[in-house]
Amino acid sequence: MSKLAFDENKCLACERHDCLSRCQYLDLDAAAAKTEMEKIIAGEDSFVLHDCRTCYACEEYCPMGNHPFYLIVSRQEELNIPPLPEPIIKQGVQMGIPFRGDPEIAEVNGPVLNMGVFSPLTRLAQGKLFEGLTPISTDSRKMHHFFCQLMYLHFARTSVINERLPGVIDTIAAYKPTEVVHFHDECYGTYTSYAPAFGIDVPFKSIHLFEHLYKRLLELKDQIRPLNYKLAYQRPCSSRLSPDAHPYVDKIFDLIGVEHVKREYVDENALCCGSTILSQRQQGSRRFSLELQKKNIADMKQAGAALCIFNCPACMQTIGKQVAENGIMPIWMSDLCRMAIGEKPA
Amino acid sequence: MDSIYKALVDIVGSDYVSNRTEELFTYSKDLGTSEPRWPDYVAAPKTAEEVSRIVKLANEQNVAVVPLGGGLSLAGLALPLKGGIELDLKRMDQILELNQKARYVLVEAGASHGKLTAHLHKNAPHLMHSEPGAPPAATIGGNIAIHGQGDLGHPYGFNSDMINGMEVVLPTGEICRFGSCALGNDWYTLHPLPDVSLFMGWSGSTGIITKVSLRLFPCKKIQEQDIFVVDDGDLIPDILYELTHIGMAEDLVVVSQEIPPPFNRLHYVLINIAGDCRDEMEFKRQLMFDGKLSKFIQDGTAGIGAGGMDVERPVVSKTSDWRKGGGFEYVGAIVPVTAYPECYRHGVAVSARHGIPYTTLGRVLGTGHSMMFSWTFAFNRADADSVRHSREALHETDEVVLKLGGTLWKPAVFGQKLLMDRMDPNTLQVMKKVKTMLDPNGIMNPGNWEVA
Repeated sequence: MSKLAFDENKCLACERHDCLSRCQYLDLDAAAAKTEMEKIIAGEDSFVLHDCRTCYACEEYCPMGNHPFYLIVSRQEELNIPPLPEPIIKQGVQMGIPFRGDPEIAEVNGPVLNMGVFSPLTRLAQGKLFEGLTPISTDSRKMHHFFCQLMYLHFARTSVINERLPGVIDTIAAYKPTEVVHFHDECYGTYTSYAPAFGIDVPFKSIHLFEHLYKRLLELKDQIRPLNYKLAYQRPCSSRLSPDAHPYVDKIFDLIGVEHVKREYVDENALCCGSTILSQRQQGSRRFSLELQKKNIADMKQAGAALCIFNCPACMQTIGKQVAENGIMPIWMSDLCRMAIGEKPA
Repeated sequence: MDSIYKALVDIVGSDYVSNRTEELFTYSKDLGTSEPRWPDYVAAPKTAEEVSRIVKLANEQNVAVVPLGGGLSLAGLALPLKGGIELDLKRMDQILELNQKARYVLVEAGASHGKLTAHLHKNAPHLMHSEPGAPPAATIGGNIAIHGQGDLGHPYGFNSDMINGMEVVLPTGEICRFGSCALGNDWYTLHPLPDVSLFMGWSGSTGIITKVSLRLFPCKKIQEQDIFVVDDGDLIPDILYELTHIGMAEDLVVVSQEIPPPFNRLHYVLINIAGDCRDEMEFKRQLMFDGKLSKFIQDGTAGIGAGGMDVERPVVSKTSDWRKGGGFEYVGAIVPVTAYPECYRHGVAVSARHGIPYTTLGRVLGTGHSMMFSWTFAFNRADADSVRHSREALHETDEVVLKLGGTLWKPAVFGQKLLMDRMDPNTLQVMKKVKTMLDPNGIMNPGNWEVA
């Protein structure tokens, strides 16, 4: 049975409690953060469990390499404090149920590109940057077999993730990949952060899409034409699980000659797209989500961004239209990189 | 040469009449569970005058005439149950007048909803009409003849409530106009003349609608769909009551279906919102989600499933993909909104009994005055047993609708009989008088609404 490897001693020994004191949505100083974390560790109720926006950021803020976010959502489930209304949880949990037969799997024995549950976006993975990668999960009827399930952190349903994830891992492993490039941050975070934290074995090597893109761009360096755009980047929640991969954003931007504008809500201070917050039970969540989006986009505008770069389909769907209505062009990271080597966006 | 065929050629021209098997075959079926019924002739007139001449010919020869719009009714309403002349009206598809200031459009009855939508997008993008949840090929005349409803059902009711006038060819061949147009005026109102609207809901058995003046409504610049997800179907009437009190939606539809899984045993309230600016949209959303619906969100019984989605019209034909073989048919009923929970439960139960993934849908009509509720049953066209199961489920549902106090909408012959068996005898007598008076020889779409 999967069990969270959370080191209580590390947490109790921490003096900073950045996990909660740096939270962008809760107002706690270090002392209050310590008190609340102690309650959470002890399995007691805490207002944090009720007010958490499930933005994943505490997982990145933790200076001890512990797993405060996984602990919080596990406790929410144990204590029956769902952050979302039950029908939304039920809807989400049912969304991951495959219903169109099993995928046909052929051994690849080479590197693969895992589209996860975003098969309809396979069109983005074209051109020289993706040469040599065999895409898997390209059939939208079968994509739920590849769904990493990590979305259920927002639903406080680690039990669902833990139940389904081994089967998903088996499906990917059946391709006998030498390495797996994950199209979405969430998949990468699942296999490099969540699974190890819960003691779930992952028999393949995972590569973040940005690392792959950066390395391919280096190989194609002589074909790069600086794009000279000023752009903002919408960092997704799941990127908090892979802070090791986040530096590739600026590495890519430097390489392709674009300016990552200086703004307030960037890197560790990035704001959630508001997708999940919109539906949360807390009073005023919808308005809160809208205000968050407005603040985020105003910040992009004020910094002079002409483009906003997305990698997460949920972020794109949630604020892409608003970004465009504010005169900033939303564009996928993969398309941006392809443009840099003279290819047309998908 | 067959004299009727020759007469039809004289009326519509040889290119637009046929008695050839391969063409009659096409007209012998609709998309539902009905058995094929073959016409003897197919004719496609271009004008009301040609329709009139064909009807007069049919009276002389004592053959049936069955008007056909888009052929999408599913329930066999435009199948030639007693042979005769299938009258395909799709050549009568002109958009005759667009009066933007008076907000109406005059069309020939064979014009499709898709054509009108495209016409308005091009020529009057600030105006729209109520388009039904049928494929765009559905015709305006056909939809009105069955009392159809569409995506403006919540603010304005049935599509047949949204007409300013009609031209109809009577079963005896006279061409009549109803509404302000009967006085030679513009086609701007159906009222206040004495009500002689005897053609809607009769499925073409009292006359052939040839022109329609349709009301148009403001088409706002931004059209989006929000989704409110509910677990307990018993809450739906309360939620719809709150939403209809606010009156900010353009369409309110509740969907629950077994496939795909996220919809299973959940109720998706699809709320279409329109506005000319973001502030207007937000004002409407505040009234709905932060006001009347917030109690459901905070007690965890319902939640916002999505916001700001592109408007997607619920199209029941997608159900045909739930099973191999691509067939589907549905029972539609007009029920009180309070009947939603029982209607849903019946849908789940009857579908399970027949091994069909359940699909139910309710659309609010007016300010919660009633609801169109549909139960759709998918089947495999190539499997007779599968077709039989769907047909039985349809018939069982027809009977349940009446037990629940509902009224069958565009019923097939089976349902028509159930309705007439239960109908107040005096009402039935009036229907009989109307039918006999208008169609003395019983030539119009015989087999349907056989009161006489």
